[in-house]
Amino acid sequence: MAKFDPFRGTRVPQQVPRLVAVFAVAIIGLLVARYFLVPDTFGQLGHYRAAALDTIVAHEKKYAGQQACQLCHFQIMQKRLAGNHKGVGCESCHGPAATHVSDPAQIKPSIPSEREFCLRCHEYSPSRPTGFPQIDPVRHNPMSFCSNCHDPHAPEPPVIPGQCSACHGQIARQKAVSHHAGLECTTCHEAPEEHKVTPRLVRPTKPTERSFCGGCHARDADSPPHIPRINLRLHNPRYVCWQCHYPHYPETP
Amino acid sequence: MQGYIYPNEFELHWSILVVVYPYVTGLVAGAFILASLERVFNVKEVQPTYRLALLTALAFLLVAPLPLLAHLGHPLRSYEIFLTPNRQSAMAMFGFVYAWYLMVVLLLEIWFDYRKDLVLWARQEKGLTRWIHYALTLGATDLSPRALSFDERMGRWITIIGIPSAFLLHGYVGFIFGSVKANPWWSSVLMPVVFLFSAIVSGIALVLIIYMVSAMLRWKPVDMKCVDKLAAFLFYAMVVDFSLEMLDFIHRLYESEESIEILSQMIESRLFISLIVLQVALGTLLPMITLGLTAPALSKRSAVKLPDELKRLIYLGSAILVQIGIFSIRWNVVIGGQLFSKSLRGLTVYKLELFGVEGLLAAAALLILPFVILWVLVKILPPWPEAEAKLPRAEDDSGAVTGAVPLR
Amino acid sequence: MNPSERDPAREESTRPTQEVDRREFLKACSLLAPIILGVVRVPLLNAQESEGDDYDPSEHFYAMGIDVDKCIGCGQCVVACGTENDVPDEPYFFNTWVERYLIRTDGEVEVDSPNGGMEGFPPTTAEGDIRRSFFVPKLCNHCANPPCVQVCPVGATFKTEDGVVLVDDEYCIGCRYCIQACPYGARWLDPEKHVAAKCTFCYHRIVEGLVPACVEVCPTGARIFGEVERRATPLARFMRFNEVQVLKPHLNTEPKAYYANLDGEVR
Repeated sequence: MAKFDPFRGTRVPQQVPRLVAVFAVAIIGLLVARYFLVPDTFGQLGHYRAAALDTIVAHEKKYAGQQACQLCHFQIMQKRLAGNHKGVGCESCHGPAATHVSDPAQIKPSIPSEREFCLRCHEYSPSRPTGFPQIDPVRHNPMSFCSNCHDPHAPEPPVIPGQCSACHGQIARQKAVSHHAGLECTTCHEAPEEHKVTPRLVRPTKPTERSFCGGCHARDADSPPHIPRINLRLHNPRYVCWQCHYPHYPETP
Repeated sequence: MQGYIYPNEFELHWSILVVVYPYVTGLVAGAFILASLERVFNVKEVQPTYRLALLTALAFLLVAPLPLLAHLGHPLRSYEIFLTPNRQSAMAMFGFVYAWYLMVVLLLEIWFDYRKDLVLWARQEKGLTRWIHYALTLGATDLSPRALSFDERMGRWITIIGIPSAFLLHGYVGFIFGSVKANPWWSSVLMPVVFLFSAIVSGIALVLIIYMVSAMLRWKPVDMKCVDKLAAFLFYAMVVDFSLEMLDFIHRLYESEESIEILSQMIESRLFISLIVLQVALGTLLPMITLGLTAPALSKRSAVKLPDELKRLIYLGSAILVQIGIFSIRWNVVIGGQLFSKSLRGLTVYKLELFGVEGLLAAAALLILPFVILWVLVKILPPWPEAEAKLPRAEDDSGAVTGAVPLR
Repeated sequence: MNPSERDPAREESTRPTQEVDRREFLKACSLLAPIILGVVRVPLLNAQESEGDDYDPSEHFYAMGIDVDKCIGCGQCVVACGTENDVPDEPYFFNTWVERYLIRTDGEVEVDSPNGGMEGFPPTTAEGDIRRSFFVPKLCNHCANPPCVQVCPVGATFKTEDGVVLVDDEYCIGCRYCIQACPYGARWLDPEKHVAAKCTFCYHRIVEGLVPACVEVCPTGARIFGEVERRATPLARFMRFNEVQVLKPHLNTEPKAYYANLDGEVR
């Protein structure tokens, strides 16, 4: 009966030290693994591997940036910065040029000349912002290269007022199928010369008086009889007409 | 595809494997909670399933991380979750909750419960099984009354810790989804609770199935009191689970936020079969009604009197339907949450592959694997009442038995 | 060298402008050197001061402004981003993309972004039925409170001191939780590297004082990149003169992509 039992008489049952040993091995193993496996730079800057930034920063550039272009192409840059394409970066048309900058003699950037390229920006779309120059490629000198008439580094603004539709395509299209198709833009608007250069800063005028529309639409107006008439004094007198009616596409009565 | 989805949403990121993961963890939590019924709440009727439920939980718990591992882009880097866990991340806690549950709760409880039998089996057997059983005792072969009562007390305490742990394990899985504020289908404070109760439902149903099928395979009678009680508990859990899901549904419908339109579209088109038909009609309402009528759930006697054979068949059928329903719940959460665009303007489709790591066959294999593991576990640690070793009389007063296992 | 003797292949790729450029280059070098040096120092519209080698992230805090009213939907930003950051061509993923909104007179909203707008947009149907229509460039918002960083289990995606959200390719385990957590659909899984990928604000460019590739090529200045906390930057001016909004503000991600003239239908 005198078997050796180290825990006999103590209060700790035999199961406890065995389990403690197993758990101790597991936890110490985890801590050792942690010590060796956690990357060196982890936690230096935050809960991440700081060395990851070096890898990310080392990524190869494909676009050189226009600062690099102007070192050599100085005059063409000056020309562009003075014209309507002043905001268009060189690589926007000529494509990524970092390789060209590192080896200017051997590697040449592309020079897009096909109409489709210019049309990516300048084809008419009703979703484009009002005033952005857009053409209908089917009607606008088909088969002709854009650069035959326009210098891409300094494109000329269109002649107003005949070509308001160059930038205001959506208005021109709607007006063309409306009752106001016969009216010229200049009938209602005056566009200062600067509007062509800085269209968002200098805006064309709009009629400010009800009597302007009344010239055709008032009861006593001297205009053809089929034109709809209203009583200028009683018909919503607190508003100018275009605050309710859209003159480029007026509703059919 | 229908409407507008963000271009990067063209690919669905969490596939069927991520459906399998919460389904399997749910079974673990549910089976454990069932086992704790006997131990903590003294429901004596379910005693025959106690050990079986523990082994089932262990078998499924061992498989639970596999679908996640297989789904990772870099499975070999998964250890990072233990090295540098991001304490802000719900997912980072996975490793710790899992380790806690496996090591501290389930393995310890099984060990304390089986230790006496392990020692006695090791004494009675020869060859390989003897050494396996001896190794599993960790050399703790003391069978004195004091040691045995320590086993008993520890088992009880671990179960008491185990219940909140099981809640944590599955509630946490629900939290992984419920805390994604970018996704209105997931983002819900009820998500962890719904996950938990559906887990209990699925766990009880699974143990019911395994108990009845294993009895059939072993040509042993099924303890009718036990399955009646299981069926009753299954019914109660289903009522709570279904009420919570309805609460979530009605809450969403009543609040009618920005996302309601696209979510209704999704339920009516993409999720009609898996949500309305499989989850609600076949997986919840039908088994709930049959169980409510046949099991002694609402009073001491069943509402409909049926012969035991038919009742067993109905229980088995209902439990299988419940499994289909719960799998559909996981599917509808995981896949459903990715079928609509976060622009709330369109729906996409999920094309389930047959082959490949993320295919249907891989998922099926992962669902069969726990049963293989369970079979092995049952061979090593038979959970049946007749396998339980009787304590030799001499042991009662001889005190501790230590060192090498004495021969018979 | 007589021009007529030249290699015809070279001839084809050589345009008059280039010849002019070469001459200009020599002229400029010999005669205009002081002016060139002067011009180089003049900050361009979107350019920042070059920082050289001693880049200090604590001196910077980056963000992007987007003027919806200036976007023409040309898709050059999408192309440039793909080139600069080696975004795979097939299947299509995007660090940045352009959406087109068409709001019909009956209030119905149609949105599309074919190939992220990389090849432009097909013509609109039923043009007369449009109440308003516009393009919206989208990209990672580099949130100050980024849900993607919050959910990353291992610390493979992070917010830098200068306000950029990045991914560590060598540490990401590919769990895709960040992709699920991003409310803006800005993240994707790299099909070759099997790690999460996203817009970096071209971090390798900005530490050299360059602007991101999308900003470099944007022809209308719809994208304004720069520092939020300095007074004299294009972004500061943009934010002074516009009422700016962010996407999905109710999610409290505190995005740093600031939109001017944003329509309420955009989400």
